[in-house]
Amino acid sequence: MPTFCNVKRNTYFDSVTLMIISNQLKEIDGAAEVLAGMATDLNKELAENLGLMTSDIRALEANDFFLAVQAHDAAVFTEVTQTLETLLKKKSSSETGDYRPPTTASAVRNLPQANIAVISLPGQYAAAEAEKALDEGLHVMLFSDGVSLADELRLKQKAHEKGLLVMGPDCGTAILGGTALCFANAVRRGKIGIVGASGTGIQEVSTLIDKFGGGVSHAIGTGGRDLKAEIGGIMMLDAIDALGKDEGTEVLVIISKPPAAEITAKIFDKLRTVPKKVVVHFLGSDEMEDADFTFGKSLEDTACKAVLLAEGKEPEDFVGFTAPLAEIDRTVEAQAAKLGETQPYLRGLYSGGTLAYEALLLLAAEGMDCYSNIPLKSEYKLENAAVSRENTIIDFGEDEFTVGKPHPMIDATSRQEAILKEAADPTVGIILFDVVLGYGAHENIAGEMVSAIQKARTQYAAEQREIVFVGFVCGTEGDRQGLEKSESLLRESGVVVFPSNAQAVRFAQKLLEAKKAGG
Amino acid sequence: MSKITELLNQDMAAINLGLERFYDDLKAQRVECAQVNWKPPAANQDKIASLLAGLKDR
Repeated sequence: MPTFCNVKRNTYFDSVTLMIISNQLKEIDGAAEVLAGMATDLNKELAENLGLMTSDIRALEANDFFLAVQAHDAAVFTEVTQTLETLLKKKSSSETGDYRPPTTASAVRNLPQANIAVISLPGQYAAAEAEKALDEGLHVMLFSDGVSLADELRLKQKAHEKGLLVMGPDCGTAILGGTALCFANAVRRGKIGIVGASGTGIQEVSTLIDKFGGGVSHAIGTGGRDLKAEIGGIMMLDAIDALGKDEGTEVLVIISKPPAAEITAKIFDKLRTVPKKVVVHFLGSDEMEDADFTFGKSLEDTACKAVLLAEGKEPEDFVGFTAPLAEIDRTVEAQAAKLGETQPYLRGLYSGGTLAYEALLLLAAEGMDCYSNIPLKSEYKLENAAVSRENTIIDFGEDEFTVGKPHPMIDATSRQEAILKEAADPTVGIILFDVVLGYGAHENIAGEMVSAIQKARTQYAAEQREIVFVGFVCGTEGDRQGLEKSESLLRESGVVVFPSNAQAVRFAQKLLEAKKAGG
Repeated sequence: MSKITELLNQDMAAINLGLERFYDDLKAQRVECAQVNWKPPAANQDKIASLLAGLKDR
């Protein structure tokens, strides 16, 4: 089949825009394969793998754009090209014709009150741009990953000296004074300040604070490597200092994977200087004790304790369900009855990394080790993340699923395919998944998951099997996708829906136990 | 007051480099925002820089 291509030299479009447009172009009848992208090494490799490489594309550089289409008919290529132009035009007309300065320095001249730079450029360029932003006196939210540890240390040292924030690299979430940055939710404002090394960890805790009736003053992300010994928690310590002095913050929440021991000591020493009530959640080390702080046992328990403290109440553990236990037991019984004796396995399909990690921890605490692409023990590492084994939890935000493709919170395709694949496996009884709402996320991720569930159902129903889908929605009523609307969509499609990841995982585990005992 | 504490008490005004959906989301929150029309540096920029540096040395 012939390959047609079209190139535009020195024309830049961002990768997410192009990936979404590519997916729309693939829907055109007769277009066997379509790739619209910047001519980066990665996209050239992709073109090669898809059989779309031409000598024209090979000669391009990273700041050139190309469209490659495989089709029998030149008329299809013409249609794809016209559709591309329409979609790009639609994109630029939605941009209200605002002036777009060419550099950060000229942007600052144009917007002198600017106080923060949000950087989501490809990793190899991100550190240099972050440094320019710091030189302009701007705080930095560095969404990009692929920034070296040495660059991170240099940027954070520079920021610390200037009294500025560098959130990230690989920082997905922040809420500053009610403004949501990147992947964050429309959370009620309130008295609880959050400093977190994990994006979806902050999203789950902040949305649960909202669900429990509390509110968030600020949520500062540090990026996952800030608490490594090499970085020394520079930004975590500066953020604690700032929130410690913030009059609007009464309770401080710290979320992270367990840091190196010397960093934990530094953080605790800093927290002792802060005149606030403190809830600490180091995922997976819930046995910690320190009379000065309250410790969370899960992301949900952390949110619950923070809200109780903000209301002036004594914190209590929340390690069960919102619904009465008798009701949960009835649901377990009813759902277990649907499953056959040859369906003992659980498959967890997550878009949120920390949510997947929390699922692994909660299941391991009940004696259930799961295979994963981010396993707790190395012997449970999947050789191929696309091939599940026994009980498996997958983080679809990891590199093996996102290189050259949008993040699963933006585009559900990778998880839709996984639902169909897992549902075709006759040993699978339960499919567990998250739906993350908010800024940055797909406009109807619940609907996307439901469409895959319905497709899977027609397939396994023909084989006289059932599968129990268990899910939860990380979001608020204020999010444009709507919490209630998203939960209803899932329920109407037969998904058993819980208010949090912890409860969804606990239910899935109870269901597996019940099946084991009954079968 | 530290600059970070100051930031927490100010209205956000952002400069966005990269994904336009973040710019659109900031606009939707009525945050003052500028989108930089960023382009990757030209591949031969290093060569040009060294040639310019050589000219300056003369």
